[in-house]
Amino acid sequence: MAKITMREAISQALMEEMDRDPAVFIIGEEVGVWGGTYAVTKGFYDKYGPDRIKDTPIAENAIIGAAIGAAMVGQRPIAELMTINFAFSAMDYIVNQAPKLHYMFGGQFKVPMVIRAVGGGGRQLGATHSQTPDAIFAHFPGLKVVSPGTPEDAKGLLKSAIRSNDPILFIEHATMYQVRGDVPDEEYLIPIGKSKVQRAGKDVTIVTYCKGLELSMKAAEDLAKEGIEVEIVDLRTLRPLDMEPVLESFKKTNRAVVVEEGWKSYGVGSEIVSRIYEEAFDFVDAPIIRVAQKEVPLPYNRTLEQAALPQVPDIIAAVKEVLK
Amino acid sequence: MPETINMPKLGFDMAEGTLIRWVKQVGENINKGDVLAEIETDKATVEVESPASGVVLQHMVDQGAVVPVNAPIAVVGNAGEKVDAPAAAPQKTESKPDEKQAEQPADSSQPPPKADEKPATPLTPAAAPVAQTKSTPQPEPPAPAATETDGHVKASPLAKKIARDNKVDLSHVQGTGPGGRVVRKDVEAALSSGQPSAASRPSTTAASAQVNVTQEDQVIQTTKLRQAIGRRLVESKQAIPHFYVTHEYKMDALMAMRKQANEYLPDNEKLSVNDFILKAVALTLRQFPNLNATIKGTEVIQFGHVNVGVAVTVTGGLMTVVVKDTDQKMLRQISAEVKTMAGRAREGKVKPDDVDGSTFSTSNLGMYDVEDFIAIINPPEAAILAISSAREVPVVENGEIKPGWRMKATVSVDHRVSDGAEAAQFMQKLAEFLENPVRMLV
Repeated sequence: MAKITMREAISQALMEEMDRDPAVFIIGEEVGVWGGTYAVTKGFYDKYGPDRIKDTPIAENAIIGAAIGAAMVGQRPIAELMTINFAFSAMDYIVNQAPKLHYMFGGQFKVPMVIRAVGGGGRQLGATHSQTPDAIFAHFPGLKVVSPGTPEDAKGLLKSAIRSNDPILFIEHATMYQVRGDVPDEEYLIPIGKSKVQRAGKDVTIVTYCKGLELSMKAAEDLAKEGIEVEIVDLRTLRPLDMEPVLESFKKTNRAVVVEEGWKSYGVGSEIVSRIYEEAFDFVDAPIIRVAQKEVPLPYNRTLEQAALPQVPDIIAAVKEVLK
Repeated sequence: MPETINMPKLGFDMAEGTLIRWVKQVGENINKGDVLAEIETDKATVEVESPASGVVLQHMVDQGAVVPVNAPIAVVGNAGEKVDAPAAAPQKTESKPDEKQAEQPADSSQPPPKADEKPATPLTPAAAPVAQTKSTPQPEPPAPAATETDGHVKASPLAKKIARDNKVDLSHVQGTGPGGRVVRKDVEAALSSGQPSAASRPSTTAASAQVNVTQEDQVIQTTKLRQAIGRRLVESKQAIPHFYVTHEYKMDALMAMRKQANEYLPDNEKLSVNDFILKAVALTLRQFPNLNATIKGTEVIQFGHVNVGVAVTVTGGLMTVVVKDTDQKMLRQISAEVKTMAGRAREGKVKPDDVDGSTFSTSNLGMYDVEDFIAIINPPEAAILAISSAREVPVVENGEIKPGWRMKATVSVDHRVSDGAEAAQFMQKLAEFLENPVRMLV
């Protein structure tokens, strides 16, 4: 096991899959000569050349449209969106074309495409470049949405995503590229659509993913000092959503907090809470609380930005609230 | 010397009351007899009067708190006097306005009072305290009683399931969750301490069959008072073996005497037939102490006083006001007391003393032209008298048919305490007073 960063883990996954399958190529803004805005594809251009590492103009609908077309004729494109906020410029391709082609043409076409997109706030990029719109994309059947919270999961899930024959939106968090974690030395895959218990506990279940996992792990450590044992279930994939580990944990603890970085209204937390009420109503011992971003466009000012984003003390307070 | 004021007991089955409003704040002057606070039981909203004059030195519970009977609620003394704080009353915390709502100003106004918590009857809390919470941060709304509101037990789904699986009656489980919610650990605690199971207890809903509500039907939330009546009478009818004895009384003499007496009385003091009956019942009970009693296990407790209860119709149900030592009071006094107490009951301002301590109850439907009816015993009493209308009917006397005033009354008696013969003798003895009313005066 090596301790590597999220950036290295994603980079390794991309390189391993490009080495493995010549149909895999990367297309996006600044992915080639510059090496990627977050330096994930540094060195790729020199190794694989302009045919497999394609720099594009600033035209997201062109990037995704080209990727879809390539995928339909047998390639395995990895389209990179510098930030997920730019996905809105390509919304029709992402939610209205890619997820539906296989379905609407009677299975004649497959769209084995991965869209890597960088989401999340906290880097003072302003209201339009700091969003966490994961729930919007997870709303559409046919589009798989993956968002890992550890380097190990990022690598294993991205490799599975590249090998998948379905369109997949793979969301990475802008503030997590330096997060370090153990990653197996040998090759491995992590199946898409499987939630995972990242920390065992017995008092309360935190359901979360991506950045929320990092925050929740810290909160759990603080709470453990007070004798509160938190179990953390990491969704890892928002669609298809795997509720089994969530329900199993909830049936044990009977109390839950859902942590997400996006806005609370109509969010991932809303979905999780509904599912728990629908599928484990008789196990509910206290109202389930959502911790999420304040319902404002994210401020640029650092203090305000941090105040608007969910933080560790918010999670601790929520856990104590549901334990009342 | 500061005086501690306790939660009063309003009736034998009251275990706790909700302090819905402080009328006098800390630091305010108060005279003996002034209203200090309003409390709510499942029967009524009642004003608590200060037994002392001085300054309100301390509130020992918050508005909205559910406080056990006889637990201290406030201290009154001289200004600046030091309070030797008595042990604070154990109180269940009521649900507080959700602080988290503050981040969403558009949605953060006080949740509107639920319709089912605000019965139309003035006997239950008025909306005023709720309105106040908007302007002042401190007072809390008169939140529902912790574990049982409108017959609904506040419990988590998990607690309900465990209770269902183990046949635990949740209404008897003390909730420790927010707002008194019963949660898993409460049910588990109840299970380990051997709570009575639902199966062994009468249920107010047991007899209700499944009803399909259609659009044409109207669904009306029952008042707390109605629910309290329901609970008590289900208990009474299921636990007490009732038997009934009916007797017909000749009322000619009493009607004549009443007419005569009322000629000397101003309109607002006129005596009712019922006033005479109360006096007659009280005098008869002195000779039948076994019917002026209660049963406790294997013992019958015959009360030392004769306090006759009078059922009074109020909005949303009925209440029993009590004439203390009815047997020793003059007719005019009985009449005045019943009028005053019934008035307070109808206004929802009944005093603790008004409804406490009855030893035998009466229910009079005479004003509705009723031939005969029977009443359910008001626990813990051993008997109740149902009084019907005095009617002018054809009667046979000495072989002749002629008009006469007759009135039927039916006594319901607890068979664990008494038998038919004793009840019949009681009804006969009552006739001696009702049919020769002058006996009541001597």
